[in-house]
Amino acid sequence: MAPSLPTIQPGDVANAEKARAGGSFDAGEAVEHHGALFDYLLRLGDDSLILGQRLTEWCGHAPALEIDLSLANIGLDLIGQASLFLNLAGEVEGKGRDGDRLAFHRDVLAFRNCLLVEQPNGDFAQTIARQFLFSTMQLSLFERLTGSSDHRIAEIAAKAVKEVRYHAELASDWVVRLGDGTEESRRRMVDGLDWFWRFVDEMFQSDEIEQSLTRAGIAVDRAELRQGFDATVGNVLRDATLPLPEYPRALTGGRIGHHGEHLGHLLATMQYLPRTYPDAVW
Amino acid sequence: MYTTELKEQGGKVAPVSIVSEDPELVAAFEARVAADEFIEPKDWMPEAYRRTLVRQISQHAHSEIVGMLPEGNWLTRAPSLRRKAILLAKVQDEGGHGLYLYCAAETLGTSREEMIEALHAGKAKYSTIFNYPTLTWADIGAIGWLVDGAAIMNQVPLQRTSYGPYARAMIRVCKEESFHQRQGYEIMMTLGAGTAEQKAMAQDALNRWWWPSLMMFGPPDADSPNSAQGFRWRIKRDSNDDLRRKFVDATVPQAEFLGLTIPDPDLRWNAEKEGYDFGEIDWEEFYAVVRGEGPTARERMKARRDAWEQGAWVREAADAHEAKRRARLAA
Ligand SMILES: [Fe+2]
Ligand SMILES: [Fe+2]
Ligand SMILES: [Fe+2]
Repeated sequence: MAPSLPTIQPGDVANAEKARAGGSFDAGEAVEHHGALFDYLLRLGDDSLILGQRLTEWCGHAPALEIDLSLANIGLDLIGQASLFLNLAGEVEGKGRDGDRLAFHRDVLAFRNCLLVEQPNGDFAQTIARQFLFSTMQLSLFERLTGSSDHRIAEIAAKAVKEVRYHAELASDWVVRLGDGTEESRRRMVDGLDWFWRFVDEMFQSDEIEQSLTRAGIAVDRAELRQGFDATVGNVLRDATLPLPEYPRALTGGRIGHHGEHLGHLLATMQYLPRTYPDAVW
Repeated sequence: MYTTELKEQGGKVAPVSIVSEDPELVAAFEARVAADEFIEPKDWMPEAYRRTLVRQISQHAHSEIVGMLPEGNWLTRAPSLRRKAILLAKVQDEGGHGLYLYCAAETLGTSREEMIEALHAGKAKYSTIFNYPTLTWADIGAIGWLVDGAAIMNQVPLQRTSYGPYARAMIRVCKEESFHQRQGYEIMMTLGAGTAEQKAMAQDALNRWWWPSLMMFGPPDADSPNSAQGFRWRIKRDSNDDLRRKFVDATVPQAEFLGLTIPDPDLRWNAEKEGYDFGEIDWEEFYAVVRGEGPTARERMKARRDAWEQGAWVREAADAHEAKRRARLAA
């Protein structure tokens, strides 16, 4: 009687063929390329979507009318970016899903945003801390993505980079104002930043997916953005007369769908209508 | 709308007296207004004109700000990315309207803080319409269609109001309001063409928002004691009942186009007057809502007070930082 062996699938054979031609490293890449790009676009889109969604929670409740308008402005830009990235993701995936399908019909494990953006708004200092850290990273990321070899990504980045420059400026102005304002605002700003330091490292990590896309000139090596980020954070905190952070052990997992507890609640709210009435068009 | 005389005592208040003013100045002022000239902040004006305007413009500003809440209630639940972006832009516009209007009112010598504190103390009013809850997504459609529609009807004539800064604020506001109404009507059209559940949602929203929308134009002309002076001063340019009739005439065909039924068994086309006859408004409800007894009145005021009180430390920090910065520059 023949020993029982795992069956060799047609896909394995195809992979093996490619591996011989291109070397085992490149072989995986060529097969995975589409999936990697799809995943990368979800990361970009989900970061914007989830933070935009958080900012809409402020609308009508901000400390002053002018702040209400600024936060809504940032939220609008982020939701716009999310639409562009997620629609492109759907196109790349080629399974007929569009941005709305991706935004409203994926569950927690399929979301690819970093942990920082899903954190609740907290008080205004926390919201500003989150925005400052994110927009500072996003600005340097988009500046580099304007040179992406994928012209669709380059175009979205070129449009978004102007918006994000304003977000980063507005947020750092507030970090300075709150840090160098009153006793209370300083304490809150320190606490706000403290709450988020553990989520910073994740924004600069890359994995196989991003590395393969970076080699193809499509993505950007996030590690290369870190130095500029640290310099900006250092300058702003100095202006704000705030202590520089010692980064704690990083929390990660967002990029592979391992999120915190907050995201599920955010999605339950955000997705409730399309999920309750799956046949409806809005 | 947003500007109908909403007084503490069920909408009744004595007309403001102008007897103590210099009669020559008053006569010159009234002649300018009668000639449709704009009154500017530095011009002389009767104290009663100033007070009436502060009340009217601040009430309008408060309405814009409180009006962000019922629609803001659906921002996190808008059913598509496009709808979310449009609604956020719309609610942001309303905040912008509030800002222009507070600025216009400040030119009359009352600070924004004073006006906001009057609102939070229950001394200043805002439009009754924002004291009703938004239960379903269709309410967002109905608000854009009916509430912004009524706003346009009322605010277009105010672009020619006698006080310059107010008229100019109204011009900016009106430009944006037509986008607001269109996005609301577009939501209603999508629901009307949608599933049975969506149609039911749309009809229910119309059922709940119709009468409160008619109330937005304020008490019937017979119970509108300030009107005569308002007209003479070009602060008011059309009567409440005229605007209400105009609104009904414009809206009924829009509802028919949507396949929806206006919840008024007395609604009937009157060929003789070339307009609709419609049922009696429940004025008891209107005055109750003016008194602050509307279904979500307490929630609305609590939300505004909480935002203001919880944001106090931020405003103080901004001031403190600005003072430090100036001191450093001066040093
Ligand atoms: Fe408005
Ligand atoms: Fe308005
Ligand atoms: Fe509006």
